[in-house]
Amino acid sequence: MDLTRLEINRRTALLTSAAIAANVINPMRAFAQEAPKKGGVFNVHYGAEQRQLNPSIQASTGVYIISGKIQESLVDLDADGKPVGVLAESWESSADGKTITFKLRKGVTWHDGKPFTSADVEFTAMNMWKKILNYGSTLQLFLTAVDTPDPQTAVFRYERPMPLNLLLRALPDLGYISAKHLYESGDIRQNPTNLAPVGTGPFKFVKYERGQYIIADRNPDYWRSNAPYLDRIVWKVITDRSAAAAQLEAGELQYCPFSSLTISDMARLGKDKRFIATTKGNEGNARTNTIEFNFRRKELSDIRVRRAIAHAINVPFFIENFLGDFAKLGTGPIPSTSTDFYPGTDTPQYPYDKAKAAALLDEAGFKAGAGGARFSLKLLPAPWGEDISLWSTFIQQSLKDVGITVEIVRNDGGGFLKQVYDEHAFDLATGWHQYRNDPAVSTTVWYRSGQPKGAPWTNQWGWEDKQVDTTIDNALTELDAAKRKALYAEFVKEVNTELPVWMPIEQIFVTVISAKARNHSNTPRWGSSSWHDLWLSA
Amino acid sequence: MRILSLAGRRLAASIPTLFLILIGVFLLLQFAPGDTVDALMAQMGGGDAATARDLRKFYGLDLSLPAQLANYLWRLVQLDLGFSSIYGKPVATVILERLPPTILLMTASLSFAFFFGLVFGVIASRAVNKWPDTLISTLGLIFYATPSFWFGLMAIVVFSIYLQWLPAGGFEDIGQVQSGFWRVLDIARHLILPTLTLGLIFLAIYLRIMRASMLEVLNLDYVRTARAKGLDETRVVMGHVLRNALLPMVTLIGLQAGTMLGGSVVVESVFSLPGLGRLAYESVIQRDLNTLLGIVFVSALLVITVNFVVDLLYARLDPRISAEG
Repeated sequence: MDLTRLEINRRTALLTSAAIAANVINPMRAFAQEAPKKGGVFNVHYGAEQRQLNPSIQASTGVYIISGKIQESLVDLDADGKPVGVLAESWESSADGKTITFKLRKGVTWHDGKPFTSADVEFTAMNMWKKILNYGSTLQLFLTAVDTPDPQTAVFRYERPMPLNLLLRALPDLGYISAKHLYESGDIRQNPTNLAPVGTGPFKFVKYERGQYIIADRNPDYWRSNAPYLDRIVWKVITDRSAAAAQLEAGELQYCPFSSLTISDMARLGKDKRFIATTKGNEGNARTNTIEFNFRRKELSDIRVRRAIAHAINVPFFIENFLGDFAKLGTGPIPSTSTDFYPGTDTPQYPYDKAKAAALLDEAGFKAGAGGARFSLKLLPAPWGEDISLWSTFIQQSLKDVGITVEIVRNDGGGFLKQVYDEHAFDLATGWHQYRNDPAVSTTVWYRSGQPKGAPWTNQWGWEDKQVDTTIDNALTELDAAKRKALYAEFVKEVNTELPVWMPIEQIFVTVISAKARNHSNTPRWGSSSWHDLWLSA
Repeated sequence: MRILSLAGRRLAASIPTLFLILIGVFLLLQFAPGDTVDALMAQMGGGDAATARDLRKFYGLDLSLPAQLANYLWRLVQLDLGFSSIYGKPVATVILERLPPTILLMTASLSFAFFFGLVFGVIASRAVNKWPDTLISTLGLIFYATPSFWFGLMAIVVFSIYLQWLPAGGFEDIGQVQSGFWRVLDIARHLILPTLTLGLIFLAIYLRIMRASMLEVLNLDYVRTARAKGLDETRVVMGHVLRNALLPMVTLIGLQAGTMLGGSVVVESVFSLPGLGRLAYESVIQRDLNTLLGIVFVSALLVITVNFVVDLLYARLDPRISAEG
């Protein structure tokens, strides 16, 4: 059953990656001779308002795009995707992996003037990351205490070994620090600071007018010398995608992050000299499109049917005609942008082969009846993006060709999560799997058994595989980086064989930004990062 | 003052209706799969089951359905609209913040549509089946048939991107803090395109109604009498026909106040205005029951108020109404 898709699709794959590379070149145009200029206002498109803005209690790009400039994390990723210290200067792990010590930066103050110390780290880790932060609570499940021997040292103590490379890759997103003195009394969720964030970052929160805008101004006391360059950042709340594109063209916005425009607008504006459309700077926010199978349907519990469905869909054709340059063929749950863990294409793949799909269905005992129909399935597409909607229609039409009738049932966000991950009222579901730099953060939960009912984006398929569970558990506590990588390669092989979820498309968010911006898109999570070096050319 | 007691009675009668509407919306939203915690999870991009349980308790969703409804109604009787889960503050405050842009936009576009509908309707009826009539009626049909989001986007493309005369969106300029007269002027500039977009569709309806009702009244006997006694055409139209032809227009305003509130979701989204329509849409998506019910409550109040004013206007325009009761 081991099929390599490479033979058939090499050409398409190469074309697509060439196109992506071409996109990347744009912002790399050398402006080295230009001297950085201070000042200016940077207007950012903010598509979906969040209920609160504190990144220590909510891990999502909708929060980072704002508070990532105001609050800071212990570490971030540098241009090559390697962890680099922000509020932490250095770190080391004990031999057994149960103690990880961070040395913190000296002379850093909160925007209200109080000094930043290890007490803030201890408070945030124990009360926010461990108890409230989504994905943080799973990551820090075995964190027992954070010792603070002096104001510049925080010692994380774990009950089980914590691989340092996992922690360092998770912390850029899940390691934002909040000020203890503002949060220690009262309910953290209801703290007014959540809507008026106070941090140590290059920009100070000024004002939040719900439904309209958020403003942050330059922090003159920022710890990095000579930073930031911008005077002000304004996030404008614009819910209509086309209206946002119009405002960008009218010069009222300079940056539309995270694929916030329509696919056609992003392609169109990318050709306009005034703007740059690129996937660069978003490699840390890779996602894959999924097809999730409900094993409670007897047809889908048959591995031949799942493989037949995968074989029946012409993914390269879909990418080329609907998604364009901003997507490429996926090879499994770990995307190719994850250089530390990507296992390559040497895992079971399912290239387009209609005849094979039909043969597999016949073999499974689902012969074509009158009019060629075999059975019908209910497909629930997530409402996250235009691509999912197109993809679900493409699935529907592709499966019709092999005799599977698909009924598409559309829901809004809350409805989709409830029906798929809680009520299991689906046969097929399709949405995004977000990869967060290490498979242990938000990827293996899609496959590990024993996920509580109702937990979104987890294994709710009614599928359990002891072998896969063991591989996942071993990788979670493996301290040796090379061995961890091998275990995850093994994991991808296993889940691509069993196929409880198929992840055949890889996408990176698209940035559309004014050509006047300098030093943008220079880290893998630039949209979320602090923008301390961003400046605007005249 | 007969009319006042009449209108007063109508107001009293609308209170049970209001409660029925609120209960209906409450139950309808229960049929939608997922609650506000699911919506929050969708927004956050994930979370574990323990977090979800904590959050349900935090939002009071761990109570039974009848208990939640009873709580809500009891609070409403005490004039407390509850707490918004998306905004983390009292619903009344949230709505009060959003009300001014909506009312401004609604009043501006209703006045625009009413005034120009009236003028064009009169012109068209005076030149029935001649070229001004044909031109006005055709334009009216085009306005009526065009979706408002398209109108809005095209207006932005022309006036904001190419001509750069008007801002592409927003309620006011964030760049500089303005006050007094300059702020009013700035907000007015931002409201021109949305008002036109929302108003044009209604303009089409008003001008059709005005034209038809003018034509009808023009054929009545008393108009012939007026002409026979030697009044010039302008005085016949202004003094005799217009006043009577206005009645259906006034009725329409009352009916459309509600539609305007709903119709503005699209316009508010396209022009990024912080109005009630968008708030309502957001609270449905986020399953923020309290906010949604609060908006329904306030919108219903607005519609009732507008209709109350319309009742008073009737009496002013047509004295027979208050005389007969």
